[in-house]
Amino acid sequence: MAGRTLSFHPDDRFHAFLRTVPDPAFGEGRLSGMPVAVKDNISTAGIETTCASRILTGYVPPFDATVVSLLKKEGAAIVGKTNMDEFGMGSTTENSAFGPTKNPRDETRVPGGSSGGSAAAVAAGLVPLALGTDTGGSIRCPAAFCGIVGLKPTYGRVSRYGLVAYANSLEQIGPMAADVPHVNLLMSVIAGYDPKDSMSLDAPYFHTPSMDVRGTRIGVPEEFFGEGVDPRVASVVWDAISLLERKGAEIVTCRMPSMAYALAAYYVTCMSEASSNLARYDGIRYGPPVDVKKPWHEAFQERRREGFGIEVRRRIMLGTFALSSGYYGKYYAKAQAARQNVRKDFQRLFTEVDVLAGPTMPTVAFRFGEKSDPLSMYLSDILTVPANLAGIPAISVPCGKVEGLPVGLQIMGRWMEDERVIDVAYAYEQGGGP
Amino acid sequence: MNVIVGLEIHCQLDTKTKLFCGCSTDYRDDEPNTHVCPVCLGLPGSLPVINRKAVEYALRVAKALHCTVPEESVFARKNYFYPDLDKGFQITQYDRPLAVSGYLDIEGDEGEKRVRITRVHMEEDPGRLVHKGGMDRPRYSLVDYNRAGIPLIEIVTEPDLRSPKEARRFLNKLRATLEYLGVFDSEKEGSLRVDANVSLEGSERVEIKNITSYKGVEKALTFEVTRQKNALRRGQKIVRETRHFVEARGVTTSARSKEMEQDYRYFPEPDLPPVRVAGWVDGIVLPELPDARRQRFMAQYGCSLIHARTLTGDLRLADFYEKVAAGTDPVLAATWVADTLLGELNYRDMPVAAVPSDTFAELVALVQEKSVTDRNAVEVLRILLDQIKEKGSCEGPRACVERLGLRIIGTGAREGDDPLASAAREAIAENPRAVEDYRAGRKEALNFLVGQVMKKTRGCAKPSDVNAVLIRLLSGEE
Repeated sequence: MAGRTLSFHPDDRFHAFLRTVPDPAFGEGRLSGMPVAVKDNISTAGIETTCASRILTGYVPPFDATVVSLLKKEGAAIVGKTNMDEFGMGSTTENSAFGPTKNPRDETRVPGGSSGGSAAAVAAGLVPLALGTDTGGSIRCPAAFCGIVGLKPTYGRVSRYGLVAYANSLEQIGPMAADVPHVNLLMSVIAGYDPKDSMSLDAPYFHTPSMDVRGTRIGVPEEFFGEGVDPRVASVVWDAISLLERKGAEIVTCRMPSMAYALAAYYVTCMSEASSNLARYDGIRYGPPVDVKKPWHEAFQERRREGFGIEVRRRIMLGTFALSSGYYGKYYAKAQAARQNVRKDFQRLFTEVDVLAGPTMPTVAFRFGEKSDPLSMYLSDILTVPANLAGIPAISVPCGKVEGLPVGLQIMGRWMEDERVIDVAYAYEQGGGP
Repeated sequence: MNVIVGLEIHCQLDTKTKLFCGCSTDYRDDEPNTHVCPVCLGLPGSLPVINRKAVEYALRVAKALHCTVPEESVFARKNYFYPDLDKGFQITQYDRPLAVSGYLDIEGDEGEKRVRITRVHMEEDPGRLVHKGGMDRPRYSLVDYNRAGIPLIEIVTEPDLRSPKEARRFLNKLRATLEYLGVFDSEKEGSLRVDANVSLEGSERVEIKNITSYKGVEKALTFEVTRQKNALRRGQKIVRETRHFVEARGVTTSARSKEMEQDYRYFPEPDLPPVRVAGWVDGIVLPELPDARRQRFMAQYGCSLIHARTLTGDLRLADFYEKVAAGTDPVLAATWVADTLLGELNYRDMPVAAVPSDTFAELVALVQEKSVTDRNAVEVLRILLDQIKEKGSCEGPRACVERLGLRIIGTGAREGDDPLASAAREAIAENPRAVEDYRAGRKEALNFLVGQVMKKTRGCAKPSDVNAVLIRLLSGEE
């Protein structure tokens, strides 16, 4: 039935939302009447979309992202836009221009990022379903920190049309929810071919999760338990892997040497792409008008200086540098070669095993301000970026706690085998996990 | 001092929709910013989708220019800030273009010449700035994105051209080829832009940017060659630089060095997969191109080489000629189209498309059946063209001839009603002195009498007829 609306007045103590829709419409379909939170870098027609950046304040997209159209087609109610690190650049949601989101599990801690608002909205029980985006772990990290489930689909399986670009070759929109069946349901709605996204794959997603993991070979790369990984987190994750073994999976330890330069390859790539993607915010089309009395090149520089946060400016500058003539070969081209090696490593491993497992994050959720130096923040992405570099599916599912804080088990699968990572996560979830 | 010229030519591909979205390319007469969508406005979250037709058009060009099409070509981003550039980058092709290593044969300064084509690639046009309050010190500028995303191809030649005139000839041949391919409309605004690299052998190369007309290329190069020669003569060195062509003044001026230092930070466009279209090339059937049509005009219509070259050098002119030649003597038609009509059109700055071919064919037929003299036929043509220019249409040539009484006066069958003979008799009677002179053997006196007869018949008689009649009368045969 058309014309029905929901009443949505959440107690948003954690600042999960940047804005909510008090009476969103909904229709018939598989998600009829279900409230869905949408990360603020996904375009929503008629609802301001800022990417948590001052530079996009007041920007109301004239069109819906393909995923939003698909949600509406299945009857979902779009209840609001969630907080995030500005343009997705961060792992804590502290980089939002509009203030950080708190972790519902511990208010003194960050929810992770960049999809921290979506994770917090689900963890706080404000919505059953949320959309996040994952460029280098931005769905899985907050899912792990907030104790929910988040899937980064195979690159191309979910349309990026309407996703405000940060790093086009790496990012995917994906589902976030409290449990695997809900993630599976949301995935079945948003996946599928979209002629508007030239990188889109013609691979619809219709799947009923199975908890049978007998005979599944699970690879555990040593590098996922290396330096920097909190031993307590490692121990909880090993317990989870052992549980899967007891359910009939075969555990194989393996090595992934390309991990040594995955992080560098990731950061060079995403910053380079970002420096280009964010060039369009020059004060002419978005945000309040620039000072027209100044020459244009001064006015636009001033607008960008004031409109972007420090982390965004840092990444634009580093990306600009990495692409400059004389440095391109040293940085961007090298990063692509390293990326190729990561892909090859995965290909090799996936001839021996069906999925790879390890921790999602090296630690539990940080305290606010803990990662003040950018490099240590970047380092915390080491376990999530390989999946983005290779375009393969990866999920984070809660697998226990360290000092009362959630830990995420990460399952990575072969390209286009999103169904299998869902199944392994489901098997764990149903098998007496926490 | 040898002149060395290479060209980079940007041509608009005449597709119905833009390169990466479904917006219409036909924005003539429409308000600014009405042919736009999230994609060509570069709104956050929008993604490009390649227009297959544009790729096919570009491949037609590549094939006609005898290029190699690699298995895979790649779109790249060219990053720079400018208000007309909605995304902050232009999607173009960089190190892996659509097509490479071709050639185009032209009529060079020293006969037939092969100009090598380095590459052909595709790219999108940015929007357009409109400066309000004068070009030099505009009060403000407005931006119109109707052009943003219009498909272009860039064709780059090797430095094979040896004079400004040769460059012009190359461009004319290229334009004709593109029009024959049905991928280009030279009459559309902004359909062609040329950058030219020019040097004198042994010294630095100068790039002239943004020449927007065919004539402009020759003018800009001529100016630049002279400037460089003069500089060398004065013992100065040529600096490697970028210069702008100021069309209104016919000069090139040095661009600020800042613009030269632009670093475009090219990298592969992550939103578009590599283009794999080498397999399409074999399926493309090329239409008859200018060289083949020129040969056919000579064989089929008996045109001279020069006429055939002129006629086939422009698609519309060639089509026009074939329509006229269908109902008249093709050789006569060739002269009338290539020499007479083209001259009159150029004089009036009118396109051949303005002239109905059947009207012109009727005029040629009148000449052919000797109903009007060549001179009067030209007179009629001028009147008709002026009518077209003034009100868009014209009367029929036959009607015009009758209205003005320009029908040819022949030598009649019977003596009595021969208007030419009576005019001649009148002239003889009125000019006894000339008659005397003639009879005394001064042959030039006859010319005077011929002139008198022509005047009396208002040009409607053929001079050879007048001559014959006068000689007959003066020799006393009557």
